[in-house]
Amino acid sequence: MNSIIGKPIIPFVRRRFAFFDALIPAGFPSPAADYVQNTIDLHERLIHNAAATFFVRASGDSMRDAGIVDGSVLVVDASRPPVSGHIVVACLDGKYVVKRLRHSQGRVELHSENSLTPYPVLRPSTDLQIFGVVTSHIVEHLKKPRKG
Amino acid sequence: MALYALVDANNFYASCEKIFDPALADTPLVVLSNNDGCIVARSAEAKALGIPMGAPMHQWRAFCDAHGVIRKSSNYTLYGDMSARMLSILQDMCPQVESYSIDESFLDLSGYADARAYGQLIRQRLQQNIKITCGVGIGATKTLAKFANHLAKKQPEFAGVCQLSADTPARTRELMATYPVAEVWGVGRQLSARLQADGVATVLDLARCDPLAIQQRYGIVLAKTVRELRGEPCLTFDEVGRPKQQIIASRSFGTTLTDFNAIKAAISHHLSRAAEKLRAQQSQCAHVYVLLRTNPFREQDAQYRRTMLVPLPHASADTGVLMAAALRGLKQIFVPGLRYHKCGVMLAEISPMGQQQSDLFAPIDDPKRLRLMGLMDRINRDQGAGTLQFASTQLSSAWHMRTDNRSPRYTTCWDELPIAYA
Repeated sequence: MNSIIGKPIIPFVRRRFAFFDALIPAGFPSPAADYVQNTIDLHERLIHNAAATFFVRASGDSMRDAGIVDGSVLVVDASRPPVSGHIVVACLDGKYVVKRLRHSQGRVELHSENSLTPYPVLRPSTDLQIFGVVTSHIVEHLKKPRKG
Repeated sequence: MALYALVDANNFYASCEKIFDPALADTPLVVLSNNDGCIVARSAEAKALGIPMGAPMHQWRAFCDAHGVIRKSSNYTLYGDMSARMLSILQDMCPQVESYSIDESFLDLSGYADARAYGQLIRQRLQQNIKITCGVGIGATKTLAKFANHLAKKQPEFAGVCQLSADTPARTRELMATYPVAEVWGVGRQLSARLQADGVATVLDLARCDPLAIQQRYGIVLAKTVRELRGEPCLTFDEVGRPKQQIIASRSFGTTLTDFNAIKAAISHHLSRAAEKLRAQQSQCAHVYVLLRTNPFREQDAQYRRTMLVPLPHASADTGVLMAAALRGLKQIFVPGLRYHKCGVMLAEISPMGQQQSDLFAPIDDPKRLRLMGLMDRINRDQGAGTLQFASTQLSSAWHMRTDNRSPRYTTCWDELPIAYA
């Protein structure tokens, strides 16, 4: 605890990514120091299967009631078997679309979620190719400032 | 008994291009080499049109335009990421995986009760998780697994998974008899011509040869191949992560170059990358090769091709030491007035970093310099490749690749993500 010149040395706490941190009162070790162990890692939380997870940019407003706005980054897990009720990225007419998957009377439907503008329910005629299931999405309200 | 599987992606580069752009799903597509010179990959539709592998693009431009063939510059960032995903999925499914190339891996399935069913599971998982279709070949040796993989792709009745089982030798012989000897792993065009002249026409013919006679006439390598075809494992299993014995970094220039400084910049860049890889695997090297050549397809140009070995006074992992050697080599082989097309470096005589030299008095790398190198690698890893560079790489940027039709780096770049319409 003491340096050779008599000034207290601040105990080392890994600060940069610490979830819980406290200023350390001079002379006393922080009582919180023992509890700082884990850091919050968004990747660990949001990525369930790294090899099968792809980020996809949403374009359009048909899913705004689900929180997905134009420009949202979708976290898509291709390994997850899609079930009715999931938001999915599916292939339709040579494009990827993001919609709510519904099984209705043995048929597959893709629903939009926008109470302001009505969008038609899509009923793909052939076998629907689903790329993956949207497990979360990210909306950046401010862009990260560039360094320097 | 040993059991190997070879998992090989179908039309890997072309498939990677199609995954993120579903509009291309049924479109013929080719991927071009560095600088868009040759066709290096074809989608199934492009193969069906008869476009050959390796064809020079300028000869096929009109044909591609007429048939609506999409051309893509190679996007190694994308292919590399998809390849890493593929490898990671295979490693999850099997403890022993050897990555053989960007789109092929050997798996050790010894002891798996139903290898064929497991092959189907591997295939389904890759299809579902990364949308890559694979063929799986299974056999008692790597050579048999490779041949089985070929069968899995060629004969639809196998549904992508073919096992050459020791339990059904008659069936194996029957399949071997229907394929030419050139389909055997390691038998190239020249060798197969010689074999055919000796009356060895099919895979089965080769499997029936006497390994000793083959060894006398063709050498040990082909004798091993014969043994492997008979189910006797001769090729070892190199697991992933084993340090590489050679590290190569080379590339064609974006255009022909005549200027020494421009080539020096390219060599410096390649050497920096190679040295980074060397340190990443905790190795040092004792030989630096420098390669320089003109464009063999430009027959009107004077042709030149030189490789120069520069041995180091002591094994090193220091970019500064390796760079000095490489540039010394370049100075010796550079001839003014030629139109150069490609250059590169190769690091060889690789040993673990800090290993005792045989000569007790030989100098070793200065630990301070190695710390500096480690710091440089970390900064380049955290802040992006090339953040910190040796000054000689900045002499000129004229050597950079031409990639006119490169697709977005869909999986590695925030600004280039694929789009889903909401």
